[in-house]
Amino acid sequence: MIISVASGKGGTGKTLVATSLAISLRPNHRVQLLDCDVEEPNANILLRLAITHSQPVYVPIPSVDEAKCTYCGKCAEICAYNAIGVIKKKVLIFPELCHGCGACSYLCPESAITEEGKEVGVFETGDSENLGLIQGRLNVGEAMAPPVIREVKKHIDCGSVVIIDIPPGTSCPVIEAVKGSDFCLLVTEPTPFGLNDLSLAVEVVRELDIPSGVIVNRVGLGTDEVEQYCHREEIPIMLRIPLDRDIATHYSGGIALVEGMPRWRQEFLRLFQDIRGVTAVKRLAK
Amino acid sequence: MKEIVVLSGKGGTGKTSIVACFASLARSKVLADCDVDAADLHLLLSPNAREDKEFWSGRVAFIDEEKCTECGLCQELCRFAAISDFKVDHVSCEGCGFCYQVCPVDAITMKDSMSGHSFISKTKYGYLCHARLGIAQENSGKLVALVRQNAKLIAERENLDYIITDGPPGIGCPVISSLSGANLALLVTEPTLSGIHDLERVIGVCRHFGVPVSVCVNKCDLNEDNTSAIESYCGKEAIEVAAKISFDNVMTEAIVQGLPVVEYSDGKVTHQIRELWQAVSAKLGK
Repeated sequence: MIISVASGKGGTGKTLVATSLAISLRPNHRVQLLDCDVEEPNANILLRLAITHSQPVYVPIPSVDEAKCTYCGKCAEICAYNAIGVIKKKVLIFPELCHGCGACSYLCPESAITEEGKEVGVFETGDSENLGLIQGRLNVGEAMAPPVIREVKKHIDCGSVVIIDIPPGTSCPVIEAVKGSDFCLLVTEPTPFGLNDLSLAVEVVRELDIPSGVIVNRVGLGTDEVEQYCHREEIPIMLRIPLDRDIATHYSGGIALVEGMPRWRQEFLRLFQDIRGVTAVKRLAK
Repeated sequence: MKEIVVLSGKGGTGKTSIVACFASLARSKVLADCDVDAADLHLLLSPNAREDKEFWSGRVAFIDEEKCTECGLCQELCRFAAISDFKVDHVSCEGCGFCYQVCPVDAITMKDSMSGHSFISKTKYGYLCHARLGIAQENSGKLVALVRQNAKLIAERENLDYIITDGPPGIGCPVISSLSGANLALLVTEPTLSGIHDLERVIGVCRHFGVPVSVCVNKCDLNEDNTSAIESYCGKEAIEVAAKISFDNVMTEAIVQGLPVVEYSDGKVTHQIRELWQAVSAKLGK
């Protein structure tokens, strides 16, 4: 089972929820937590697992053998991203624009283009007591998160309960990370910003046909607009976490919610059972 | 004309709330909301009279079932796993056109993609340039660039002193696109271990692209030890801490009322933000 934890809005508590769920489940389940917020991976700040394996993530970038190149310009004509240009007797490559699609190399009439790996990030793993962590980290200065996210997701262990910490927003890194999930938890806060961004995140999971439920964090501030929205849209609110300075203080010191306040473990175990219920119904319906 | 971009690395630190306050405090400016996939700034600025333009960027592949011979070459070569059962998944398709180039029966066409909308609104604080990226769309970096370009044109036309830009979370392509050429990056952080980790990475991005940096510690009394750690780190890195803002529900109350906090309340947080604007505008040199 693959459960994503997303939000739309940043800072609502995705990592707090993802790590709490993982820690709560580990006594009785083999759990894998994938940190796909590769631009700013934070889950291990709360899990504190030793990283035992680290390897680079590469994107294939064209390399032109100018001895074979006839400067015909076909590569530049094909490239959808303007990542390769041919001017007179010179080929210019812009690695930061290249998506690594491979078209130029495959289609060069002189077979003058090979691909070389450009390091764009790393993926790292750690494991302890039934909980495995896979995290991706985009190198500072690199633009494209999806290749690192794809690498992380290659290591999904289907025998585990997989929890994916999703980046904020609704664009391509989020899509890459969320797609293929069995269920998506949407973490929001009861404010106009929370509601605005939740509605965008709901459109994403609907586009991807992934069943979802909402977790409202910091209940006690703001308004009940989020509750009303969820009711109208028939999206279940599966957990409510109150506005509580102690929760914020634990988080600030890198302490997971269910470790700082163990009574929350029961809530996350119940949440997991509820998710199982929803996904079972969906499977039956299919 | 000077441009300040407000970033954070970590989501939810208070960028949008602070930009809305700057909108109220700065006399001569245009606002830009570059968080194009989860834009919230307009919720605090009461915009009216919106100019709306479609944003066309990138392409998506379509397979003509009648022409397709199901040879499978496109599926084999697609690096984004966007083709299966001889159909293109438009969410995964990155528009590279490789499949279109290789199809032996010309069954594939590339269609232009309407990826979102850009807006120019009038508010009581001046012009607001913003946008909405379409659900599951790519090219967020290009839409961010368009928003900034719109803001720059307005600033030049109206002879304005500042472009004040609300940036996205993270460090990837929308952040890089919002940063390049800016005069100052104001990094809003929070005294949590996650906030500190993310701050260091976004500082790295700003340095990589040669943009000077100032830091603001929001929610500073949530964890005084961490706030001191941030101040020490900034001291060692020769980065100015422009202000510290207290952890106070008044920030959320103002959001609920749809107002910048400096107009909602005259308390401590408002005074701290006024000092922040003084420090930032002094650093910008106007």
